[in-house]
Amino acid sequence: MADVYKAVKLTDRVYWVGAIDWTIRDFHGYTTHRGSTYNAYLIMADKITLVDTVKAPFKEELLSRIASVVNPKDIQVIVSNHSEMDHSGCLADMIKLVEPEKVVASTMGAKTLQDILHLDQEIIAVKDGEQLSLGNMNLRFMETRMLHWPDSMFSYLPEEEILFSHDAFGMHLASAERFDDEIDPAILQYEGATYFANILLPYSPLVTRLLGRVGSSGMTLKYIAPDHGPVWRKDIGGIIGKYGEWAVQRPTRKAVVVYGTMWHSTEHMARAISEGLANGGAIARCMSLDVFHRSDVAYEILDAGALVMGSSTLNNNMLPQAADVLTYLKGLRPVNLMGASFGSYGWSGEAPGQITDILKEMKIEVTAEPIKVQHVPRENDLARCYALGEDIALQLRRNKEVA
Amino acid sequence: MGKYVCNICGYVYDPAEGDPDGGIAPGTTFTDLPDDWVCPICGSGKDEFVPE
Repeated sequence: MADVYKAVKLTDRVYWVGAIDWTIRDFHGYTTHRGSTYNAYLIMADKITLVDTVKAPFKEELLSRIASVVNPKDIQVIVSNHSEMDHSGCLADMIKLVEPEKVVASTMGAKTLQDILHLDQEIIAVKDGEQLSLGNMNLRFMETRMLHWPDSMFSYLPEEEILFSHDAFGMHLASAERFDDEIDPAILQYEGATYFANILLPYSPLVTRLLGRVGSSGMTLKYIAPDHGPVWRKDIGGIIGKYGEWAVQRPTRKAVVVYGTMWHSTEHMARAISEGLANGGAIARCMSLDVFHRSDVAYEILDAGALVMGSSTLNNNMLPQAADVLTYLKGLRPVNLMGASFGSYGWSGEAPGQITDILKEMKIEVTAEPIKVQHVPRENDLARCYALGEDIALQLRRNKEVA
Repeated sequence: MGKYVCNICGYVYDPAEGDPDGGIAPGTTFTDLPDDWVCPICGSGKDEFVPE
């Protein structure tokens, strides 16, 4: 490949050699409005080391960026911090090409990489706290199981004070800029929170524990180098602080009204609820599933205090798009939410009750009976919806846990 | 009462704490957990657990 793809220097001895995916919008069901990057890093130690690889179609870009610094065949060690295919997709090819002395991963990573790539090469499993000498530098490993796969592992390079943090502290953001201080903080905040909500939320208690471990480990951090999005070199404290906040999921006065509608009746109800919420002092988000994606809803849920979910009834069931988002949110295991359901129907009207059942399974505190309206809502129906919104707003205002 | 650790995610089941979110009262030994109990972190079954 033409040598247009160059490495980007983090320090004199460490380079970013990843790939920029400007066009990806569907990341296994998470809408990535701004594309993404697959980050890989080259450590120019005595034993030249590559940390992670990139998604398979971007192999040539990876190789070109490495070749701008060193002959790829000179790489002696490959570290896999995370086995998922966007980081291991060209690992098998890289091993064949580079013939490294060692490929290392966590205990679970060594197993998972074999299950994914069916390699001939042995993957050396490193333990939590183990250190690997690269000659004049060292890599220290920290297991971070279930953040967000069982294999996930941090690698820390003390000589340059760089934490290679796999998907943690990352975001889906394609940009020509490689560092946090070169990008609008509002974009970093939005995309960082969206990533947390869609990828790490189910494991929030583990995030809290991990931040404690990082704090007490004595690691000093000049750079956090994640596997997606920019490298943190300026606001390291800021992103760590945000992870602490997001993991706790302290609710705010925000109430998210999410709905699927057939003939706009459920939509009229959603809008009336949203008006009631706003009038009652809550921050209302009104999200039609015709235009908002499940991952957009997840972003809004991250700091919400209430989820109000509506669906028309179609053939005795909730609409497929409502089932989609509920299945997704259930998997993300949000906490500290109250909830309610609503919907218009033609003759049977099962959807609101079905939604309430799922909200309860999700351990969401359901505070009202479902509101059901046959066909098009009348004024008194919309008044009931408005009152539901006001009531939820009042409960959010009264709840001392709400920020 | 012995603790058990999940082979997949590293979660430790501590009988003294039980698994309140999963409806398991403190004081429940690992052996006494229902067969359909799953790891509260990763969802693996009891067969993935080994004594700590």
